[in-house]
Amino acid sequence: MIGLDTALVRKVVSNGERLDGRMKDEYRDVSVKTNIVSSAEGSARVSIGNTMVIAGVKMGIVEPYPDSLDEGTLMVAVEFIPFADPLFEPGPPNVESIEVARVVDRAIRESKAIDTKKLCIKEGEKVWSVSVDIDVINNDGNLIDASSIAAVAALATAKFPLVDENGKVVWGKKTDKSLPVNGLPLCTTFVKINGTTLLDPTAAEFAALDARLTIGTLDDGKLCALQKNGMGGLTLDEIDQMVAAAEEKAEEIRGKIRAAL
Amino acid sequence: MSEEFDRKVVIPGEELGEGIASYNAYEEGGKVFSRVVGLSEKRGNAFLVIPLSGVYNPKKGDGVIGKISEVSFSKWVVDINSPYQSVLPLNEAVEEFVDLTKTDLTKFFNYGDMVFAEITSVSKNKNIQLSMHDRKCRKLREGRLIKVVPAKVPRIIGKNGSMVEMIKKLTGTQIVVGQNGIVWIKGENEVVATEAILTVERMSQSHGLTDYIKNMLEDKLGVKSEDIIQEGEKYGEERDAL
Amino acid sequence: MEKNGTRFDGRKHDELRPMEAKVGVLKNADGSAMFRLGNTYAIAGVYGPREVHPKHDENAGKAILRVRYNMAAFSTKERSRPGPSRRSQEISMVTQQALSSVVFLEEFPKAAIDVFIEVIEADASTRCVGLNAAALALADAGIPMKGLVSSCSAGKVNGSVVLDVAGEEDTEGELDLPVAYYPKKDTITLLQMDGLTDRKEMRKIIELAISGCKKISEVQQKALMEKYAGGSNDRA
Repeated sequence: MIGLDTALVRKVVSNGERLDGRMKDEYRDVSVKTNIVSSAEGSARVSIGNTMVIAGVKMGIVEPYPDSLDEGTLMVAVEFIPFADPLFEPGPPNVESIEVARVVDRAIRESKAIDTKKLCIKEGEKVWSVSVDIDVINNDGNLIDASSIAAVAALATAKFPLVDENGKVVWGKKTDKSLPVNGLPLCTTFVKINGTTLLDPTAAEFAALDARLTIGTLDDGKLCALQKNGMGGLTLDEIDQMVAAAEEKAEEIRGKIRAAL
Repeated sequence: MSEEFDRKVVIPGEELGEGIASYNAYEEGGKVFSRVVGLSEKRGNAFLVIPLSGVYNPKKGDGVIGKISEVSFSKWVVDINSPYQSVLPLNEAVEEFVDLTKTDLTKFFNYGDMVFAEITSVSKNKNIQLSMHDRKCRKLREGRLIKVVPAKVPRIIGKNGSMVEMIKKLTGTQIVVGQNGIVWIKGENEVVATEAILTVERMSQSHGLTDYIKNMLEDKLGVKSEDIIQEGEKYGEERDAL
Repeated sequence: MEKNGTRFDGRKHDELRPMEAKVGVLKNADGSAMFRLGNTYAIAGVYGPREVHPKHDENAGKAILRVRYNMAAFSTKERSRPGPSRRSQEISMVTQQALSSVVFLEEFPKAAIDVFIEVIEADASTRCVGLNAAALALADAGIPMKGLVSSCSAGKVNGSVVLDVAGEEDTEGELDLPVAYYPKKDTITLLQMDGLTDRKEMRKIIELAISGCKKISEVQQKALMEKYAGGSNDRA
């Protein structure tokens, strides 16, 4: 397939460069725009270079799970829309899209940025469900970071829908009450190609990777997720360095999200 | 390229006039209409439309760039970014006699090799046949391939090659442009040359584009055109040795 | 709803909601477009002509046009479960037929032209908006067509025939009739109806829908010229 030339990527990286001329620890241009979908309680469109995703938050009232009667529910789903990439096929979510959803979900859930106890309406009977659905609109790599930024920006700007006197949700009408979000957990992804570590892989770099590490961090420097992928290995020192870099890079991105809130 | 801006942009279904329907036009009820988004032209009594987008439509005589995707018994299959298969038969690729019982065809072209070839025929079913016999055809070593919209290829080449030659000189790179929208770039400033070509593609309908690209390149590379000619000649020698 | 001749959003009975169209909104797709009609917004992306997978679907004589219409989970007031529903499959099919009628499929034997429609925001007429975006995306991809198809819906609300049913009119109206129209041949390439009526009223509703489609066609043409003629309109 002309376009995804992994041999070329590996060669360029061995020369200490990247195909698009970026530095090894440089993010592409990140843009965040919120409140773009009126049908959703919260929404955001994020692009990292040519990668673009749209996230929407939908809320509803449901029965709690039996093992967490005083907690609301949180769910993250990702759909790879077939027009985003000539290689995306229509059909049920493949393992790649499932992985993106689960990693983004873990970072948000483990960070406790959403306190699910605050989503309880009546213990054992009624709780709020929060669903984050992410549509991948154009793929040029690093779907995890883009999805994580979009999910968090959408959650941070989400407002509770109106509930009538009978306790039923009035769809389409929002209140002024914001979803309580405590921090901005973000995923930062690196790939290792021929011994070199690169931040924010494009689709071509993604296809040429030996290993990939995604690190979830929170505003206060805590780690809330780790995910390694790829058949190559990573040393503990490499991991440590990537985590340190992730803390710094994620904070830069948080600045962009805060500006869009 | 000034004629390009005087021609009218038409869209599918737009009426062109009365006459004969030619390239990318169709006739209905005595009138001719466009089938695509493009620039309308009248040649004699015939109306044709030059498309401004779309996948590559293979034509005999076109020089195209592709990658070897299959090595068969007596031919290679070449990926030229078209939905139709293009084949390079042994006798169109190699001058010498080849004993197929003893020779492995990968000796000449292997999987992933990049080539600049010529289309010698396109069948009714759009099966494409290639040849490497023409002087300009050759294997392209190293460097990188980028994809552009085939409709923009004339703009990227420029009148008498003026645009692509200028980019080559200023960036000191070798560039080969395939009619199929695949461009090969090799040299020290591949990233800058890539950016220049993609900018021409994006701004193809702007006036004064040549000067714009020239200024952009001079800014990015921090040099003036005259200084670069020396480096360009160095690469020219290497190319002739292929 | 329908009081003093104006509707809940202030529109007259034959007025469309505000529209927006843009061509070339996706980087990877061969052709793409977005179309907005009030609060309904869809993106369409086209790949093709390209090789058919699975191969047994290919047609030796002409290209196959495949359409996948899908609604994003967050596009509706109540969250939609991801995945094809019976409704989205039916819409994919009628959209495919409406578009196939104008595409020169014989130009590309054995190839596939894939059209993907994603509804990002839904407030009635989603199949119409999807189709308008798809027609533009096909043109943007350079797929040869006889012309553009345009689509909108008309219906009946509180006994009155109105153009472009939306919002509460959609949930509380008596009839909804989406139409896709090919202006050049004055033919209808998509027609569906939900509701109860008689033949005379049906004509009135369809004529109203066609008048809306003509206005949509102008918006589509303008969007193509914006991208390809640099925004300027070099027409007399």
